[in-house]
Amino acid sequence: MSFRRFAPVAVLVLTVTATGVLLASGPEDPERRGVAPRTVNPTWRTECGACHVAYPPALLPARSWEKLMSGLADHFGEDASLDAATAREIAAYLVRESGDRGAGRAGRKAARAVAPGETPLRITGTRWFRHEHDEIAPGVWRRAAIGSAANCGACHEGAAEGDFSERRVAVPREDRTAAHAAGSQ
Amino acid sequence: MRRVLAVLLCAAAPAALAGAPADLLRDYEAQARRGDPGFAGASPARGAELYRRSGIASAGPEAGCASCHSPDPRWPGRHGRTGKPIAPLAPAANPERLADPAQAEKWFRRNCRDVLARECTAQEKADFVRFLIEAK
Ligand code: HEC
Ligand code: HEC
Ligand code: HEC
Repeated sequence: MSFRRFAPVAVLVLTVTATGVLLASGPEDPERRGVAPRTVNPTWRTECGACHVAYPPALLPARSWEKLMSGLADHFGEDASLDAATAREIAAYLVRESGDRGAGRAGRKAARAVAPGETPLRITGTRWFRHEHDEIAPGVWRRAAIGSAANCGACHEGAAEGDFSERRVAVPREDRTAAHAAGSQ
Repeated sequence: MRRVLAVLLCAAAPAALAGAPADLLRDYEAQARRGDPGFAGASPARGAELYRRSGIASAGPEAGCASCHSPDPRWPGRHGRTGKPIAPLAPAANPERLADPAQAEKWFRRNCRDVLARECTAQEKADFVRFLIEAK
């Protein structure tokens, strides 16, 4: 057999191997992506990121997202209603990327911390959240620049892109307006 | 590789359907006229009054449109409860505003229910849109 006839086979083998190596270190690597979802649905990012950052789907189990998506007209006291088709698309995405379905290690940990009989609607109310944030003193959450534990972006610079890594955490300091407001109460 | 994928995902975001704020105003005025043949056209003064009115409903007794959208529609606002910044409502300050009728309808529905505990009428929407268009 001549080299000429053999060459295309060699090229093919090389290509397949190289692609395999690239894929193995690509974006699908679940242990390196933290709590960020595997895929980003643009409808979810826009609609669920309008009033607050689009919270990572991995931080609640699928049943929580299903319950939350069926009550958007009274969403934590606000109207976040959507047309039926958009709501269906977003619900399917959230379930697919939820802590007990699509998540990597970090998300699975968050989902496992929820007791089987519970269906929490708040990430900030979960045992997992309290544990990850146990170094933060209670008064810190009420600082003017933060306002609410659900304001992830106040401390996590990359929250809007789903990056909650330790490298990008900065807790805002107490400012004068906050001290003043606290003093006048 | 990861960066390439991120770029591809960004490029896939849907482009907003472009329209003019004046078209939205004309639509709401036509609707208002159908409901009330005596409707004499949108009033920016009534729109300003709605913008500054305090609410009664779930957003809190003090909350009005201005509490999330700032005292001046040309300025950026901030969601009172979540702290998230909100881009200005006036098209003069933010060309993406009032360009997509479905988008405008969705927010009128939600925000009017939150602040007034009911939906806004076509006349109120026409007034509000005219007030925003004239904020320059
Ligand atoms: C109209 C504004 C609005 C929209 C749109 C909206 N939300 Fe919310 N959301 C809120 C408010 C207000 C809160 C309560 C924040 C607080 O208490 O600090 C909230 C809280 C939440 C929480 C709980 C946060 C916590 O404390 O852990 C989740 C989860 C959530 N939203 C998911 C969603 C999803 C999913 C969507 C898209 C379908 C969405 N939101 C769209 C206003 C909105
Ligand atoms: C008051 C500031 C603050 C707010 C608000 C906040 N976090 Fe955090 N978060 C922190 C700090 C500080 C850490 C600990 C970082 C470390 O371990 O050094 C942390 C850790 C985390 C971690 C673990 C990161 C890692 O790599 O171990 C996740 C995930 C996380 N936060 C998600 C959230 C989400 C989701 C929200 C909003 C619902 C939120 N945080 C709101 C300050 C905050
Ligand atoms: C609780 C906070 C809040 C209050 C109160 C509020 N809004 Fe909004 N509004 C929002 C948010 C969040 C958006 C969408 C953010 C974005 O598109 O940047 C929005 C968007 C809008 C838009 C969309 C414009 C466009 O074309 O993009 C209109 C119109 C609007 N609001 C009208 C009102 C009116 C009228 C009131 C008072 C009756 C009001 N809002 C009160 C939070 C609020």
